[in-house]
Amino acid sequence: MTAMIDIRDLRVTFGRGADAVAAVDGVTLSVRGGESFGLVGESGSGKSTVLRAVSGLNDEWTGRIEVAGAEQGTKRPKGFFKQCQMVFQDPYGSLHPRHTVDRILAEPIAIHAMGDADARIDRVLRDVGLGPAFRFRYPHQLSGGQRQRVAIARALVLEPRVLLLDEPTSALDVSVQAEILNLLRRLRAEHGLTLVLVTHNLAVVANLCDRLAVMNRGRLVEEMTVEELRRETAREPYTRQLLRASQGYDRAVAESFRDYA
Amino acid sequence: MSVRTDLPSPGWRGWLTTDTPRSRTQARLGRAWAGWTTFRRNRLAVAGLLIVAALVAVAAFAPLLAPYHPYAQDLGSRLEAPGAAHWLGTDAFGRDILSRLIFGTRLTLMIVVLVAATAPLAGLVIGTVAGYFGGWVDTVLMRLTDIALAFPKLILALAFVAALGPGIENAVIAIAVTSWPPYARIARAETLTVRRADFISAARLQGASSLRIILGHIMPLCVASLIVRTTLDMAGVILTAAGLGFLGLGAQPPLPEWGAMIASGRQYVLEQWWVAAMPGLAIFIVSLGFNLLGDGLRDVLDPKGD
Repeated sequence: MTAMIDIRDLRVTFGRGADAVAAVDGVTLSVRGGESFGLVGESGSGKSTVLRAVSGLNDEWTGRIEVAGAEQGTKRPKGFFKQCQMVFQDPYGSLHPRHTVDRILAEPIAIHAMGDADARIDRVLRDVGLGPAFRFRYPHQLSGGQRQRVAIARALVLEPRVLLLDEPTSALDVSVQAEILNLLRRLRAEHGLTLVLVTHNLAVVANLCDRLAVMNRGRLVEEMTVEELRRETAREPYTRQLLRASQGYDRAVAESFRDYA
Repeated sequence: MSVRTDLPSPGWRGWLTTDTPRSRTQARLGRAWAGWTTFRRNRLAVAGLLIVAALVAVAAFAPLLAPYHPYAQDLGSRLEAPGAAHWLGTDAFGRDILSRLIFGTRLTLMIVVLVAATAPLAGLVIGTVAGYFGGWVDTVLMRLTDIALAFPKLILALAFVAALGPGIENAVIAIAVTSWPPYARIARAETLTVRRADFISAARLQGASSLRIILGHIMPLCVASLIVRTTLDMAGVILTAAGLGFLGLGAQPPLPEWGAMIASGRQYVLEQWWVAAMPGLAIFIVSLGFNLLGDGLRDVLDPKGD
């Protein structure tokens, strides 16, 4: 199978001169079409920065990014956004507070002159499990889970092949998290989506992904399959530490932690 | 058995307050209704709205309401005190002050509308463009704004009127030209708070152009505070226009502009106080009305209050 996303030696540096921080320091990875790929790491490991560089939100990077067989520059052509969409972490911040659900979903259709807006909005709302009753509501009339469904619908309305997910469940209640994960799994199967999921939550990765990469301090530490994650057969000491950390707080474990640079 | 009437019978009120509007219009009207409910709770704001509504009504029906023609002179009854024939007295030419005040509402309203339609709009465009693009665009536009802000407003307006010639249109231009910078500042500040928001990033990721993002996503969030600020500033605009009129640089005689009327009453202010006091009272009431309305609108529109 060919690579849907191919990243070679990606570097992102924030700041200049002595203050420069390498947020992403030479990351190379490849995601196959139809695959669900997890990018895991603690806060500040650079995982979200990789995602923002791929999506086109961050244009200060060097290296090589290929999406759907086309090499991408720092400025993306309009057609790119029909291929690749993103869902943000905080559903309270990712929906315009003065736009109705209808307007939020109609906008991408209008931008890309796709036509047939009514039917498309209706379909995508059903797709994400929200009925037409939600169509003319404002975000403040929706719960967190419903908002995240609207955000997913907005990403799907352009019928993309790649969906980038930036911690899509970490701002939600535990029970709602499961609903959203189930929704994402179903949508992936129905639409043949390629998913790239950024998270610090290994349970979410185990639930949704086929393969994952662990990041620490801007570098890719290890790539593994979810099977290996379940069997806890990580090669790198940092990954083993991350796995122990994800099993809950334990004083002895916490004291054994060390910094891996 | 009687029919139960305590059901949550919707009617038009239920249609407006429903959680599940069925159309764009219903959602929009529902939102407006919610705003009106908030506004209605503020008694003073409703009083302000009534004053402004009265101003509009008086301006619209001035010829029907005014007992005399505003220019009709009657030198036999000049400087008459308020009484049965002339409720608010007469001025130095024997013109009925009440009639002149009534026709003066048209001039006041014209000034208010023209300034409100130009200065905040210019400020909104400059502020959002500067805030959204940042970098050198921001630097250039904001230094221009700083320069404009550094001029004393009335003096700059005087200079404009002196250059363009006296007259009410030029007074409006002068006021508009000198009053846009604060709006640009507000619009830029609002833009900076939302520019990095995820919903703006999301719009960019849909392929939206900068124009679309500024018009459709950023401006609607700036408009609320600008409307509030504009309404609160209207009192100042009326006073500046009256000030220019008072100095003889605004409306020219015999136009019944309130500031010019005060100026003409100045020399009689000790013996015939009503000549200057009545237009002063009119300016006071209308300015107060706009201020109260602005306060109420802030409660309704200011997104920070949500």
